[in-house]
Amino acid sequence: MSNIYLDHSATTPVDKKVLEAMMPYFSDNFGNANSIHSFGQAALAGVDKARKQVAKFLNCKPSEIIFTSGATESDNLAIKGVVKALHVKGLEKMHIITTKVEHEAVLEPCKELEKEGIEVTYLPVKKNAEVDLAVFEKAIKDNTVLVSVIYVNSEVGIIEPIREVAKIIKKINEKKLREWEKRRPQERGAKPQPIYFHTDATQAVNFLSCDVQWNFIDLLSLSAHKIYGPKGVGALYVRKGTPIMSLQKGGHHENNLRSGTLNVASIVGLGAAITQIDKRYQETNNARLNKLRKVLIDGLLKNIPGAILNTDLNNSSPSHAHFTFPGAEGESILISLDLEGVAVSTGSACAAGSLEPSHVLLAMGIPAEIAHSSIRFTLGKYNAGAEIKKVIKILPPIIARLRKMNPNYK
Amino acid sequence: MQYTQKVIDHFKNPHNQGEIKDADAIGQAGNPVCGDVMKIYLKVENNKIADVKFETLGCAAAIAVSSSLTDLVKGKSLDEALAVTKDQIVNYLGGLPPVKIHCSMLGVEALHEAIKEYKTKSNK
Repeated sequence: MSNIYLDHSATTPVDKKVLEAMMPYFSDNFGNANSIHSFGQAALAGVDKARKQVAKFLNCKPSEIIFTSGATESDNLAIKGVVKALHVKGLEKMHIITTKVEHEAVLEPCKELEKEGIEVTYLPVKKNAEVDLAVFEKAIKDNTVLVSVIYVNSEVGIIEPIREVAKIIKKINEKKLREWEKRRPQERGAKPQPIYFHTDATQAVNFLSCDVQWNFIDLLSLSAHKIYGPKGVGALYVRKGTPIMSLQKGGHHENNLRSGTLNVASIVGLGAAITQIDKRYQETNNARLNKLRKVLIDGLLKNIPGAILNTDLNNSSPSHAHFTFPGAEGESILISLDLEGVAVSTGSACAAGSLEPSHVLLAMGIPAEIAHSSIRFTLGKYNAGAEIKKVIKILPPIIARLRKMNPNYK
Repeated sequence: MQYTQKVIDHFKNPHNQGEIKDADAIGQAGNPVCGDVMKIYLKVENNKIADVKFETLGCAAAIAVSSSLTDLVKGKSLDEALAVTKDQIVNYLGGLPPVKIHCSMLGVEALHEAIKEYKTKSNK
């Protein structure tokens, strides 16, 4: 059994205080938050409180928060929901811009929309997985309606320049509007269609400002289980006035944007988890993780010949340390570490059950044969220095053993 | 996806792992772009596999398959070795996760390459 957990990008343990906040909402305050009687009202009070907690963290109005089953649903709702609403409004030939390093929860809905005739640009990235702003600006077309750029990459941890992306969008939207306003009223025609900006902030919430005003964000996805909350719950922020339509029909919950009886206990858990994260917590936690990560990185680079660090230390979440260890296959490394009690993840195809290694690594220009040798460490708030030291000790012989078995590595 | 204890045992302590310097035949299958490469070394005496060793780059399943395959063919005649199927390897390991079945094919392929090479050489 694993006893050192270094896979916090996959999920995090539920914080004891979060669990405590959730407990009353299973058997005591079990009411349906939509019921008018006191049982329902007690549940609704929990949901309302959580909505305020999430809104406070994002610096938005509680009415702009939609609770979902997690970031995958939030991403689907944001992308397909906005396109659907614009389609109903009469727009055709729409264009979306996203990146080659998004999570599948953004890429797959975009691919689906492509089949329905929507044009999608997948921006290439620099070697560190960062979007090039000049390339982005050139990709914008007259019919661009939505831009979706991940905040922190889940694999290598790069922080994308979302505020800069959003500023470019804002500038273009304002310019279009100014030109429209300059025209004489009878010649104006319909108001120009603005571009909306969505970001999947799932991996960013722990570490970075997710202030939607400061970052000029129209839609933001987040998930509770990456921030020491429960699995199966997340939220989508939708700026007031952003056109969006539900994908799931039913009892008109969440302003008719996400029907389904509210997952009260988990929503309370999301609120409790997010409320623990403020600027001070982020500063302290980031500094601590940065130090731990430095020990890990220095130790592995020193003790494993040929090890390559793929995380850009100047611009990444402090949790991430992504390596390739050429000559050893990622899943074999993962299993070997697991047998010694250390949990990590890999971008190797062998682990995903697919034929292709991670699309993020390929987009960074890492050749497939090396991408198969990748290991991602993601540190969390409960990790201790002794754990990192243990990993530095046990990993080098694992890599050496696997390389020795490799017919092509002499 | 879960591995059987037998897969883990072979992965931790593979049998017949290494190189035969004076091998009578060598077979290789797979390629690094896919993440799997298997190399089989054979020593043949009186048409029997006197010694067999493997080198593998790949996942835990690929290494366990290579190890099992060498167990299954060591001491066998070349024709008997050729008759070993991927299902036999999978059964020998107590099963493999469905996505890993292709690894067992690579093992068989590498062995067939080696035997083919031996037969071509000895017919000259």
